[in-house]
Amino acid sequence: MRPDRTPQEALDALDLEVVHRSVQELHGPLLVVSGATGVGWDEFATVRSVGPDGGQELRHGLVLEVDGDLAVVQVLEGTERLSTGNTRVAFSGRPLRVPVGPAWLGRVCNGRGEPVDGGPPVLSATTAPVAGLPLNPTHREPPAEPILTGISAIDALTTLVRGQKLPIFSVAGLPHLELAAQVAAQATAGGEPFSVVFAAMGLTHADADMVRSVLEERSAAGELVLLLNTADDPVIERVLTPRIALTVAEDLAFTHGRHVLVVLADMTSYAEALREVSSARGEMPGRRAYPGYLYSDLASLYERCGRVRGRPGSVTVLPVLTMPAGDITHPVPDLTGYITEGQVVLSPQVHARNVYPPVDPLASLSRLMRSGAGAGRTREDHLDLAAQLLAALARARQVGELAEIVGSAALNATDQRYLDFATRLERRLLDQQRSEARTLDDTLDRCWEVVSVLPVRELSMLPSRLLETHLDGRR
Amino acid sequence: MTGGRVRRVNGPLVEVTGLPEVAMSDLVGLGAAGLPGEVVAVDTVSASVQAYESTGGLAVGDPVTPLGRPLSARLGPWLLGGVFDGLLRPLASAPTWLEPDTDQRDTGSQWSWQPAVLEGEEVTPGAVLGTVPDAGGLDYRVLVPPGVRGEVRWVAPAGRVTARDPVVDVAGVAVGVGTEWPVRRPRPVARRTPVAEPLLTGQRVLDALFPVARGSSAAVPGGFGTGKTMLLQQVAKWCTADVIVYVGCGERGNEMADVLDDLSRLVDPRSGRPLAGRTVIIANTSNMPMMAREASIYTGVTVAEHFRDMGHHAVVIADSTSRWAEALREFASRSGALPAEEGYPAGLPSALAAFYERAGRYVTLGGAEASVTIIGAVSPPGGDTTEPVTAHTERFVRGLWSLDRALAYARHYPAVGWTGSFARDAEGLAVWYARNGDPGWGPRRARMVSLLAEADRLGDLAELVGTASLPGRERVVLLGGRLLREAVLQQSAVDPDDAHSTAGKTTALVDTVLAVVDACTAAVDRGVIATEIEEVDFSPVLRAARETPPDGADGVLARRDQVLRTLAGLA
Ligand SMILES: Nc1ncnc2c1ncn2[C@@H]1O[C@H](COP(=O)(O)OP(=O)(O)OP(=O)(O)O)[C@@H](O)[C@H]1O
Ligand SMILES: [Mg+2]
Repeated sequence: MRPDRTPQEALDALDLEVVHRSVQELHGPLLVVSGATGVGWDEFATVRSVGPDGGQELRHGLVLEVDGDLAVVQVLEGTERLSTGNTRVAFSGRPLRVPVGPAWLGRVCNGRGEPVDGGPPVLSATTAPVAGLPLNPTHREPPAEPILTGISAIDALTTLVRGQKLPIFSVAGLPHLELAAQVAAQATAGGEPFSVVFAAMGLTHADADMVRSVLEERSAAGELVLLLNTADDPVIERVLTPRIALTVAEDLAFTHGRHVLVVLADMTSYAEALREVSSARGEMPGRRAYPGYLYSDLASLYERCGRVRGRPGSVTVLPVLTMPAGDITHPVPDLTGYITEGQVVLSPQVHARNVYPPVDPLASLSRLMRSGAGAGRTREDHLDLAAQLLAALARARQVGELAEIVGSAALNATDQRYLDFATRLERRLLDQQRSEARTLDDTLDRCWEVVSVLPVRELSMLPSRLLETHLDGRR
Repeated sequence: MTGGRVRRVNGPLVEVTGLPEVAMSDLVGLGAAGLPGEVVAVDTVSASVQAYESTGGLAVGDPVTPLGRPLSARLGPWLLGGVFDGLLRPLASAPTWLEPDTDQRDTGSQWSWQPAVLEGEEVTPGAVLGTVPDAGGLDYRVLVPPGVRGEVRWVAPAGRVTARDPVVDVAGVAVGVGTEWPVRRPRPVARRTPVAEPLLTGQRVLDALFPVARGSSAAVPGGFGTGKTMLLQQVAKWCTADVIVYVGCGERGNEMADVLDDLSRLVDPRSGRPLAGRTVIIANTSNMPMMAREASIYTGVTVAEHFRDMGHHAVVIADSTSRWAEALREFASRSGALPAEEGYPAGLPSALAAFYERAGRYVTLGGAEASVTIIGAVSPPGGDTTEPVTAHTERFVRGLWSLDRALAYARHYPAVGWTGSFARDAEGLAVWYARNGDPGWGPRRARMVSLLAEADRLGDLAELVGTASLPGRERVVLLGGRLLREAVLQQSAVDPDDAHSTAGKTTALVDTVLAVVDACTAAVDRGVIATEIEEVDFSPVLRAARETPPDGADGVLARRDQVLRTLAGLA
């Protein structure tokens, strides 16, 4: 269809609307707009351009700086094909808000929250600012109940707690996305209303398809919001994706009383988008050229998890990130670790032994497990059992290193049992099917089965009462 | 256009014009809402302001109002047991979701006023005018403000008053139960005195190995998850101070909720009152406005000084000073300041020094002996302790409790490493202990230090040649090192019996391990083979800390005797 106006006519038409300003400069993902007096910092903008055929294109932006009559705008869809002559910018008069409410459930959208499932735009009478507002710390309720994932490695040893932020640290080539998708598909909150908001950033199409198919059932049940930004989607859009996800999640949790699990995958791609904007602005680069405010920026996302006193519902955040070259001191995992409440670490060594999920239990830790597991929350024996498994695994690892030097034949009988224990732990407890959801009882019974490999005198962290009830039948 | 106007907004950096009379450190109100901001640079046409609230929506041309006063803390009886943001605004009366706010949120609460002076008396700065008996768990004194002296012209009778009511008129100056003080200016004192007595923390690795004196300073560097927050929270709960100011500076909201929860449940073993009543919490979590994080450190010390001036021993705990330094860096980079090391402003070392220098043991204006101790966490990026904040902090503190990733990974908590830590107060405190009935403290510490170092050295050797090929005496050293680490230094923060340890119990545990090591050495010397010694059941000693109450020195010594008997029986 041929547009009925020439490009110039289209631009002139835009200019008739007084709110539109012209662009003075383009630079990476940034636009500098002149005549922008009165525009506020962090305001939302719409960017319209007219193509050579006179067709209009609509993009979106956020104000990064206002200086005199100039405004610097980052364009979410990138600045490709924009020129100072063919582009006009309009400002909305306030920071970006998105519609919130249960209408999001069951929907699949792009990284800016526009439907890609063929449905109508998500509409709602209520909107909320995507930047969110800080939760008053005195109104926070300390997290205290588990989310069960049906995955033994997590449920038994690094229990996920409602209101916690617990990242998965991985390296390229490991099945972290499969794990995150499986958690998202299987997780439950003790029969209370539960939803998942899955924000995918920079995923390949194959990965995105995998996520969609694993989560199909949950989506059909109206328990899932899926935001998809794929590797070939605009990079800068990723700055917005997790914020939309969290804004929607906060509303589902604290207005509608649901327990919401927010999966953010992959945060490394998010941080790269942030770095790109920062470098286009000529900001002082910090470690590995990431901006100095990366900590605060990540915190402004992760800290949106939690529980609110006197309200049902919770927001739990599960960021997934790949450590470039497996380096845990890389700024993205490092700063994430400084904000989150523990970490689940995947290990190439465990993966090489064909264990799924390839969790390294010793490097992993759920800092809130103490309050979210045990009597009245999971099971009475859970915390002692987990502590014993980890202590024994630490010992087994030392024995394993020794065995590499002296040969396993030279080990004494107890040490041999430790090696058996480590193998049994991987095979019987950690390893499971990608669609297998284990009950908590199954998981904890497997734990007992694994510790029973060790002589009772080695189980000093388990009270004798528990040893009697759980080990008697096994010996 | 008249008056001040916004000219540029870049996050928390706001440039304003049209305020020729504005001075450095003045507060201004930004925009129609009057959001608080502080002037940090001035030139002939404009001023740079750091905004203490989110500047979302603030536009060029918006009005700016000079407030004509510096950033000040509202100090008063409402502080104890309360939770405040970085500008010391009470959070209890704030909404669930924190919108940018200008209000000081004075709740209008009433306090009991008990006068201690009579009309006609002559008073000088720092003198006690009266008390507020219902202000938390300690003696809250209303003082003559610095710079005010003369005749007491009027005294309100004992009774209920609000923060706004004057209670005394000193030479024409109305004094209330509360006061204000600019946070960046140290409150005046009569003089500094040398630090003397220990601040007991209830944490064995600190009290026995890396002690800190009242009025001293210490830093806790450590990578993520090494246990900084747990250690600082333990110190906040159990240390022998009168007032604790706990500054959550750019850290987690859930942690603040947790501290609050704990403090309201726990009872101070010394006073028998709830711990919350001696604590002031300043919570500026990582998602709250960044520049208020910068201010929160100063706000915290100012609160501590306020209680110090009443004659109390105060402790400021800041978790984490790295987040404060990052706020400095962030602002400096937005305002185009020339960066020094790793982008931090060149003023970082002096800012750190000035902060830690506010710690000290003092004679107050009123003549009381009091102190402010400062303990700060440091979060080095990538765990790299050569980075600027860690490196400079080390220069200015008297104690360094370095958390070791390897220890934390092995679940050895608190993961205070004995090689990377130091305590410059240790020598002076040994003298204090000797004068106060424990001459063994210094020698005990020296033996622990050398046993740990020797055990580490032999441990490395054993990894190469195998333990079996070491002589018996050296194997006893290895064993001794392990006993010291597991029975004394490790301490569970989550076990109620172990979470804190009285000086008596700590000493008993150290003495027990040293006596056991001596007995093992004696056994080797009389020909017992090392393997036999290593197989002795040391678990009574290893479990002593967890299985005796916090003041259970007797129970510990009974276990010592049990193991010593076993060792004596080895032929
Ligand atoms: N004394 C202790 N007793 C028992 N567990 C501890 C102790 N110290 C630390 N831990 C364990 O280590 C975890 C991390 O500790 P903590 O939160 O203090 O780390 P951190 O150094 O403050 O980390 P970050 O820099 O990320 O804030 C705790 O959740 C707890 O599981
Ligand atoms: Mg911490």
